[in-house]
Amino acid sequence: MTRYAMVIDTKTCVGCTDCVDACRMENDVPAGLCYDWVVEATSGTYPDLSTEFRSERCNHCSHPTCVEACPTGASQTWNASNIVVVDATICTGCKACIAACPYDARLIMMPDGYIGKCTFCVQRVAKGLDPACVSVCPARAMYFGLPDDPGSEVGRLLATRDWYTLAPETGNQPNVYYLR
Amino acid sequence: MQRRDFLKLSATLGGGALLGPLAGCAREAAWQRMMQAGPAKVSRTVCNMCFWSCAAEMHVQDGTPWKITGNPDDPHCAGRLCTRGTAGLGAYYDPNRLVKPLLRVNRGGGQEFSVVRWDDALDFTAGKLQKLAAEHGPDRVAAMVHGAGAAHFAHLLRAFGTDALAEPAFAQCRGPRDTGFFLTFGQGISSPEQTDMENARCVVLIGAHIGENLHNSQVRSFADAIRNDATIITVDPRFSVAAGKARHWLPIKPGTDIALLLGWINVIISERLYDPGHVARNTLGFAELAGYIAPFTPEWAYGETGIEAARIRETARIMALHAPATVVHPGRHAVWWGDDTQRARAMAILAGLLGVWGAKGGYYLAERVAVPDYPTPAYPVPKSSWRDLTLKQFPLAGAPVTNVLLDDMASDAPHYRALLVYSTNLPMTMPNAPAQLARAAQKLDLIAVSDVQPSEMTGFADVVLPECTYLERYDALRNEDERDPCIALRAPTLPVLGESKPGWWIAKQLAERLGLHAYFPWGDYSQVLDWQLQRLGSSLSEMAQVGVKHFARQTPPYFTPGAPQEFKTPSGKIELYSETLAAAGFDPLPRYTRHAERPEGFYHLNYGRAPQHSFSRTQNNPVLYQLMPENLVWLHPLAATAFDIKDGAYIRLVNQDGVVSNKVRVRVTERTRPDSVWLVHGFGHTAQGLELAYGRGAADSSLITRVPCDPIMGGTAMRGNFVTFRKEAAA
Repeated sequence: MTRYAMVIDTKTCVGCTDCVDACRMENDVPAGLCYDWVVEATSGTYPDLSTEFRSERCNHCSHPTCVEACPTGASQTWNASNIVVVDATICTGCKACIAACPYDARLIMMPDGYIGKCTFCVQRVAKGLDPACVSVCPARAMYFGLPDDPGSEVGRLLATRDWYTLAPETGNQPNVYYLR
Repeated sequence: MQRRDFLKLSATLGGGALLGPLAGCAREAAWQRMMQAGPAKVSRTVCNMCFWSCAAEMHVQDGTPWKITGNPDDPHCAGRLCTRGTAGLGAYYDPNRLVKPLLRVNRGGGQEFSVVRWDDALDFTAGKLQKLAAEHGPDRVAAMVHGAGAAHFAHLLRAFGTDALAEPAFAQCRGPRDTGFFLTFGQGISSPEQTDMENARCVVLIGAHIGENLHNSQVRSFADAIRNDATIITVDPRFSVAAGKARHWLPIKPGTDIALLLGWINVIISERLYDPGHVARNTLGFAELAGYIAPFTPEWAYGETGIEAARIRETARIMALHAPATVVHPGRHAVWWGDDTQRARAMAILAGLLGVWGAKGGYYLAERVAVPDYPTPAYPVPKSSWRDLTLKQFPLAGAPVTNVLLDDMASDAPHYRALLVYSTNLPMTMPNAPAQLARAAQKLDLIAVSDVQPSEMTGFADVVLPECTYLERYDALRNEDERDPCIALRAPTLPVLGESKPGWWIAKQLAERLGLHAYFPWGDYSQVLDWQLQRLGSSLSEMAQVGVKHFARQTPPYFTPGAPQEFKTPSGKIELYSETLAAAGFDPLPRYTRHAERPEGFYHLNYGRAPQHSFSRTQNNPVLYQLMPENLVWLHPLAATAFDIKDGAYIRLVNQDGVVSNKVRVRVTERTRPDSVWLVHGFGHTAQGLELAYGRGAADSSLITRVPCDPIMGGTAMRGNFVTFRKEAAA
């Protein structure tokens, strides 16, 4: 399996939500919906504070419970990789995948009714491009690539920086990493 | 912005569409369609979602505008547009855009706008101007403008015979900064700011909230500084995004920045942390400064600012340790307390002592391209100048002051009798402007407004001249002070919607009606651009391909270390002590003044920017609206508890003069100082034509009613206002 990962540096992320915007424009996301979103986490009391911004989305898990839960095969991985996509033409909108996703990263595409989600911009990845969110980030806080290749930038970052993933305890093996 | 907001929104949008099981969707998902799509058609332009003017690329897929991305060859954006630039198509498609000329008419005892033909709108405007010129002289016209398209109207009005062309960018924004740096270094700070953050070892931000202030290359180079592990020192009463990136956040008491700056200068001088060779070679007035600064110890500064003396010493030593690779960031919106030029002077003196100007990691030396002017006749000398009124009040104002002009127009016997407004929403930009404009509207012979949307300003217009968006027009070449000199071209990338027209067309049409053909001796503005480009060794067709063209620097970006430096001040040196200020009757060294204390039960009203919006211009953009539909007022938990206000509740803010805001949602957060509230500027629109933005959030500008002016240059100080809270009945 080719494993793609997104690495997001919370040290330089300024929480500007340009990633959300770029995703909307690139993927023609309908008004009111979004495939990615930004969480602000502030801790402490004035003036001893810290704030972290996290651009969140589908984690394109190596063990994707959503794909396993899908009764029609609409939720599937793309081209022997970990990139999870939904084939709208065979999606029945049953929402089993929504229940199976630990990240609340799937949504009902109104008005069509199929399930939508972040695809890591698979149409761009297929051309060797970064996902739209990564390529727009004005702080250059986002990286995309092959983490198992030690020569890749994401591989180097994960080898040299302290990182965490969201909800690793689920066993889904998420592939969106946050650098501290 | 939390994802829950989106889900709530989606529930609203999808209300009523209860879904039964599908047998598979009839359409493929977007990713499936895009997998099979051919290449998009790409054309190049320059963004105008804010004034940073990043070079951009419009992608049109199968005839449908798809997305706008950054031009990778552009130093302003490096291929990455910001949140607003990415949402540029929202401005194009905004259903509330102005697409037809409007004329104020009397009807049924009231007034209303009537849709008219362009000829009617232009004839009306030119007729009023001609009548005014005949009766009073053409110099009695004033204009207030903003942005790249302002050049067309400035050219028109200078040709007509007036020089009263003011930008809120001066007296409501950068003026004090640029004046303070001009007095010290002989030139102001440029835009883009020449802060060499990518090479800095230390970055000092004083109220500048980079990150929330999403000036593209500023954010990029600030992030570079973080990546390079430069020491960030952020001074802000609020735990801003930039404060969150800082090793040293100094949560200063509002209004005491000059005290902190004097304390820092005191440490640097008393501990001899400066380079004596640099000070001797390149500065003037060090002895006066050293004598003056002695009493302003960190212990003294602590009493004013609340920042411990030890932290003032420590941060001053860090700045000096890394100097000259220390960016003392000049900030941008600088009209705070009325002594703002003096605060900018204190920042410039600090930077001057540290040898930052012209140093790698400090302020690089900017250059611009010598773009020739298209040949037109010389402008007539106006019979009166903006200086006549302005310099009497503000002797060192280096540019026309909007508030001086507006005060005049609202007076009993105004000198200026007509006002042209281009692309600036004065009622939300200038404090107290709605009342002033209402008075002026009773006196003036003409208020003409050109804008792309039905803003609060258009409500005061006699005639509305609808401009098309930046995506549909040519503008003057982008040519700014840069690290790497370059030009960029705004060119039409999409068909013009409705009857809206480019600014250059509107200006030319007026010129022709005013007998000023000779100043617009071309058919289409693209001819002017091509003429200029040919003389720069390029052409319109080349620029259509590249979007940005680079030119070699003529001089190095930094001074040679150790060599004498030349400044454009009267003395040729960095003027720590300013004879110019002394001669004009001002403090030659910056004086700290205590500002108004907050009344019991009131809180400092602080305001700023969000990365999703520009001024009051973008709240109705349907794409940006989704990211940030309203502003929130930030309350510290102690304030919220004192007033029994819950997070998420709607309240109204009431200022010290009893002015009540629109209702605004509360965010209870530790990130604001217990004595201060904060909200994002630009919300609380009252223009009903902006259907998304109307009535959403509160306008800080409506609560800023105490506005002392900077006596040196006329800037309107907007920070000395205070609010308390009025609870809204539950909806």
